Amino acid sequence: MATAAWPGKKDRSLIGKSITRQDGPVKATGRAKYSYDLNPPGLLWAKPATSPHAHAKLVSIDTKKAEALPGVKGVWKDTDLIGEEVRYIGQIIACVAAESEEIATEAVALVEAKYEVLEHQVIDNDPKFATGRPSEQEVGNVADGFAEADVTIEGDYGVPVITHCCMEPHGQVTEVRGGELYAWPSTQNVSRWADRLNDSVGIDRAKMHVDCQYMGGGFGSKFTYDKWGVIGTLLAKQTGRPVKLLLDRDLELAIAGNRPSGYTHIKLGVKNDGAITAFEGSVVGTGGGGGYRLRAFPYVFEPKNRKTTMKGIRTNRGGQRAWRAPSHPQTCLLTFSALEDAAAKIGMDAAAFYKKNLNLTARPDVYAEELDIAMKMIGYEKKAHLRTKLDAGPVKRGLGIAMHTWGGLGHGSECRVTINPDGSVKAEIGTQDLGTGARTVVSIIAAETLGLPLEAIDTRIGNNAYPASGGSGGSTTTGGISVSTRMAATDALNDLLGHAATKLGVAADKLEAKGGRIREMGNAAKSMSWADACKMLRTGSISKTGQNNRTEAQKAGLIDAGVGGVQIADVSVDTETGVVTLNEMAAVQDCGLIVDMKTCESQVYGGVIMGITSALFEEALYDPTTGRMLNADMEFYRLAGIKDVGTIKVHMMTGEEYEKRGIIGIGEPPVIAPAAAISNAVANAIGVRVPYLPLTPERVLNALA
Amino acid sequence: MTADEKTNMQGKGLSRRGFLKGVGASGAVATIATGCSTIDRDGAVSLTPRGPENTPITLNINGRRRKLDVEPRVTLLDALRNRLDLTGAKKVCDRGTCGSCTVLVDGEPAYSCSMLAVEAAGRKITTVEGLGSPEQMNAVQEAFVENDAQQCGFCTPGFVVACTSVLDKNPDATLEEAQAGCGGNLCRCGTYVGMNQALMDAAKALKGGA
Repeated sequence: MATAAWPGKKDRSLIGKSITRQDGPVKATGRAKYSYDLNPPGLLWAKPATSPHAHAKLVSIDTKKAEALPGVKGVWKDTDLIGEEVRYIGQIIACVAAESEEIATEAVALVEAKYEVLEHQVIDNDPKFATGRPSEQEVGNVADGFAEADVTIEGDYGVPVITHCCMEPHGQVTEVRGGELYAWPSTQNVSRWADRLNDSVGIDRAKMHVDCQYMGGGFGSKFTYDKWGVIGTLLAKQTGRPVKLLLDRDLELAIAGNRPSGYTHIKLGVKNDGAITAFEGSVVGTGGGGGYRLRAFPYVFEPKNRKTTMKGIRTNRGGQRAWRAPSHPQTCLLTFSALEDAAAKIGMDAAAFYKKNLNLTARPDVYAEELDIAMKMIGYEKKAHLRTKLDAGPVKRGLGIAMHTWGGLGHGSECRVTINPDGSVKAEIGTQDLGTGARTVVSIIAAETLGLPLEAIDTRIGNNAYPASGGSGGSTTTGGISVSTRMAATDALNDLLGHAATKLGVAADKLEAKGGRIREMGNAAKSMSWADACKMLRTGSISKTGQNNRTEAQKAGLIDAGVGGVQIADVSVDTETGVVTLNEMAAVQDCGLIVDMKTCESQVYGGVIMGITSALFEEALYDPTTGRMLNADMEFYRLAGIKDVGTIKVHMMTGEEYEKRGIIGIGEPPVIAPAAAISNAVANAIGVRVPYLPLTPERVLNALA
Repeated sequence: MTADEKTNMQGKGLSRRGFLKGVGASGAVATIATGCSTIDRDGAVSLTPRGPENTPITLNINGRRRKLDVEPRVTLLDALRNRLDLTGAKKVCDRGTCGSCTVLVDGEPAYSCSMLAVEAAGRKITTVEGLGSPEQMNAVQEAFVENDAQQCGFCTPGFVVACTSVLDKNPDATLEEAQAGCGGNLCRCGTYVGMNQALMDAAKALKGGA
């Protein structure tokens, strides 16, 4: 009788090994079809017309000239918006669908809209623009805490708005046939992408068929259908033809989501021995036109006496969306900058300072172990120096440390596993693969459970006809899909073992599936091949659906929440040019039981690189005069290239203590700490803090001036 | 940028990289042949206007001749993706920055978003589809898969073409040199660590040492 509990290390043939992602070849050869790549017969191209004003009343939209252009087949305009306000540049007001992309682009230029221009505001770092009531929170008594301190430091730190910059933009191909919607969106939420779309398009939820086999990045920004999903569906309905509507790069960067900024003034009290006594921080920032709040501040270290204030600034910018580990990268940078500034002020080594205060964290033992490993990896003892002892010469080297935490409890998920009389196995699950390796994870779990090779599993994902699985957010996918697949496969196997038991003359609860055979536990002599066992399924296939019941699964040790990570950056700063070079980055991470070491490490490498990019290059620049995003392109909204990231070393925490917790998500945590570690390393190298990200040459030189 | 400006900037259909390199090496570009006009050394222009309506062209893609009618304003990238269903090359920045649209034109890597389809007529074009198939990948594709040098995979075809080109020309490339060959490409998922190893492994395989 197979049970759902994860097999112990010696019984695992696939889980925890380094396994190559199954869809690697189709991607590397350009054969994988992403939403943007689909060209169904009769396809029309849709392009949106957008507001050129950051704030205005929309008076009228005239699409007659656009409609008259040969090749234009459908026009949609946002009649609900007429008489209302547009709130940022790029807000969609109308859309045209045409025979070719070129004609659609031309037609958009013919859409005429009248506006009454209103005053706009895009500045996000000045508290005087704060809107609404600030939220304030005090734990303990900060006045007492500061009275206890030997030294109090104060500092300003800040993180700008950055964008998701998914390589595949937002959007979808939609087709309406026989009153049913067929949608191919680029989404991180296949099963529920269409939820509530019915309200806007008048097609029953049950008649919406959603498919996404490959998608080019989401990072938190692609959970729902959005305005372009509604428009695409309505144009498909109107024209009776498939419609492709994906955002051009400028719109993608300006309106398809961003990460809110955070600018802070922090006061930190410490004793001469390094003990933190009080923390006070006031944050201002923007998430666009909506509300604003950074969670988890102060970060990781929670002094007994702490007070925080959050003030939001409503701006005429595109709205925020979840961005890989919402709030954490910002509050990590703000908090850890102040922490290392305090350590420097009292002349204490940063690592020693953190160790002294680990009692203020949720997982002191984990951080202590990880910090020691990270220090060894980077050669800390040899390289570390105090901020007062700088390298001679213009290029100065420094180290910086940061830590992070995340939840990652597997989301609700269902999976159906079918064993057929011919021995074939199918796993069907309405999840999606954002590049994390989700497709491969399902195959690994099913194959491990059934004692089969990876290739024996026909894994189907990315369609809302399959059993529903959660959206890929919060690092919840691997845990969720692993448990539902494990449950379904275990259930199906037990059915098969029942058939085999009769034939082998062994009780079903004494049988196991291993190495492509059904055998008596501990007695390989009494066995039959998988194929022979399946042949006994004369009555038909076995098909079982498994669920991830989060509470039960956590109790059973299949999944868990809560991880810690430590990262140390080693940088060189050219004090003549201001250029920061990342020499090396050490990242130590725990995430419970690892399903696929290869794609898991890739998540950590990728998170670290994305974090490096935010530290050195990324900022959505807005012009206060026009309200326009100045770098809505990829020349001036920079991503790191292959030579920008230095050497990255990753260490995953493994072993019984970590693995007994079950599976914990990993997508988000590693992106959190890099910017803080790099900022601290730069401060350690040059002796002064560069207060605001990104750490551009200009900012470095200004800090030195 | 108008189509004409784009055409002139692109010169012989080289990538921006190649173009700048050419300028750096010779100090001047002697002849600029475009789909619309030819400028000789003395600056005399002979016009052969095309468009704005459809123009018949024949593209030599992955060893096959593909006839199509396109407006002169259509980029090579859009011709490949929207007219020929060759969607390996991706549209990401659409202005010659990210490299996701990289193809080989006469053996040189080029940003197909920044080249007109009419310019590409008569040249030898190789897309990622022409380098290998899932069943029979080239050395770079094999190494990308093995080293997990891809996550979402949207930038991957562009990198594969750029890496293949640099290693084909110089199988003895150091990591630094190989990296320079894909310095015109960008990845958002952060797959550069796997890519570094893939570059080295592929170089080794191409020299027969795998």
